Amino acid sequence: MADEHYHVLEFEKPVYELKKKIEELKHSAREKNLNVDAEVKALEDKVTSLRSEIYKNLDPWQIVQIMRHQKRPKTLDYISMIFTDFTEMHGDRSFGDDKAVIGGMAKLNDIPVMLVGIQKGKDTKENIMRNFGCGLPEGYRKALRLMKFAEKFHMPVITFIDTNGAFPGLEGEERGVAEAIARNLLEMSHLKVPIIVNVIGEGGSGGALGIGVGDRVLMFKYATYSVISFEGCASILWKDAAKASEAAKILKPTAKDLLQLNVIDEIIEEPMEGAHVDPETAAANLKKALVAHLSILLETPLEELLEKRYKKFRSMGVYTDEAQSAI
Amino acid sequence: MAWFHRPKYTIIRRPAEKSETKIPEGMWVKCEKCDSILLKQELDDNLNVCPKCNFHGRITAKRRVELTADEGTFQAMFENIRPVDFLKFPQYPEKLASSEKKTGLTESVLTGRAKINGMQVALAVTDFFFMGGSLGSVMGERITSLIELAINENLPVIIISASGGGARMHEGVMSLMQMAKISAGLARLSDKKLPYISVLTDPTGGGVTASFAMLGDLNIAEPEALIMFAGPRVIEGTIKQKLPAGFQRSEFLQEHGMIDTIVNRKDMKNTLFNLLSNIRSPKQYAGR
Ligand SMILES: [Zn+2]
Repeated sequence: MADEHYHVLEFEKPVYELKKKIEELKHSAREKNLNVDAEVKALEDKVTSLRSEIYKNLDPWQIVQIMRHQKRPKTLDYISMIFTDFTEMHGDRSFGDDKAVIGGMAKLNDIPVMLVGIQKGKDTKENIMRNFGCGLPEGYRKALRLMKFAEKFHMPVITFIDTNGAFPGLEGEERGVAEAIARNLLEMSHLKVPIIVNVIGEGGSGGALGIGVGDRVLMFKYATYSVISFEGCASILWKDAAKASEAAKILKPTAKDLLQLNVIDEIIEEPMEGAHVDPETAAANLKKALVAHLSILLETPLEELLEKRYKKFRSMGVYTDEAQSAI
Repeated sequence: MAWFHRPKYTIIRRPAEKSETKIPEGMWVKCEKCDSILLKQELDDNLNVCPKCNFHGRITAKRRVELTADEGTFQAMFENIRPVDFLKFPQYPEKLASSEKKTGLTESVLTGRAKINGMQVALAVTDFFFMGGSLGSVMGERITSLIELAINENLPVIIISASGGGARMHEGVMSLMQMAKISAGLARLSDKKLPYISVLTDPTGGGVTASFAMLGDLNIAEPEALIMFAGPRVIEGTIKQKLPAGFQRSEFLQEHGMIDTIVNRKDMKNTLFNLLSNIRSPKQYAGR
């Protein structure tokens, strides 16, 4: 992790400063031939306690920062770490091939599965190619084509959400991105194979939900899921996008919040400082959960599977019903 | 998906060179599109459609029900389902209270049984004047309950949208999930081969367009309605230029294959009846 200081998050700075101090101390001790082992040990203990203190009490905005860390693993990273024999399947057979929405067949251990995910770039060049992970109608229609393929050949579907939303541009409106997303919601709600949805990074409104209906919704500890961007919400509420941190607190977008609201089924653990620090561990955690959930879903009779999926989304919502409470 | 991004109509609808005409007080109104000065009564009698240029002004859900259902046949249902400010979102209770006062509605949608030329249907109408007609838990629960009622009673479903608001941010991700919930209901309706007609009126946007409004067996729009996923200002921000005239209007959507047909307000009721009659005879629907 030689380059970790290039990506130090604001709230990690105290830890980083301490670590730097330790290095300096060691360096000067070597030069002057002094024994500073005791001092170093004390400082390292302080680093450990300071770090666990910080990460125990992360606020939503700090989680957003981890979620947005440029080194955070992307869909294709998890695909390569968790699955074997991935063959990407391109195109919606109608208009084109969206590079932001990807998919294809692979194996999870020995089980053939269909993977569908939104892919952000790892650097500027890839981000331009991927349209920053903002899907176009043909991307959502490709996703549907692959899911229908999976249904035809009795293959479970596993999706990966990481987007700040569908692309808000002329071509999206012209080719009906709203219809493409809506169609996926309808079709996914009664697709006749198991579907596991994974929110791995950013869950940005309709563009995320467009591949987000399934039997299980899993979410990484430091992922977020929101109806509106934090900056957008802040501009509306306070005419000030810089108050995004406040919006993040109000919108309850974290995995912990959404587990409480029954929007997700399970939180997937990440290394303390985030998946970017140790992608393999994050991937191993996700794989374990996928295998466990899939074995249950594959044992479930189809009718029961679809009934449970319907009820899962049917029961979402917070409201009062006086007629019912009166009874 | 935000209703606050509704466009300045001045950009699209009103040529800049037109001077402001002074409107006489009281009984006169000016058409938003052609600037004609009209008698308020005349405009009301014409269903809030300009007799000079056919501009379809916005109307309330209550008025829409009057124009769609046979007199006295609409039975409002699921009215006891009411909103909760479970996120403690700034200004949400105040917005709900002022919308209630303004519209006389308890939420942004009316749902219930109705008859159209004697044919029993399940009808939902969203109201732009109630928080932009935005989709939250209550709209999700009311519409899904209505769809289930239609499945149980073998009724066709008509949803008339005036929801520039899209998914309501005041209920966070829960609003987003209502898109999935209603769409799942529509999947079941479709599995039963019961028809669903979506009527899109000005404005329909965001999470409403990206769920039930685009999922009709027939998608019907009123003329010149703004129908969008992202709001025009958001798109202008992305592309850094002004949008072409007529962008995201009904005619544009029909041209791009998203809308079956565009129907004038005065013809909507009979069109709905005729189309549903074609799909199955009214007798087959007549449950009660
Ligand atoms: Zn006019």
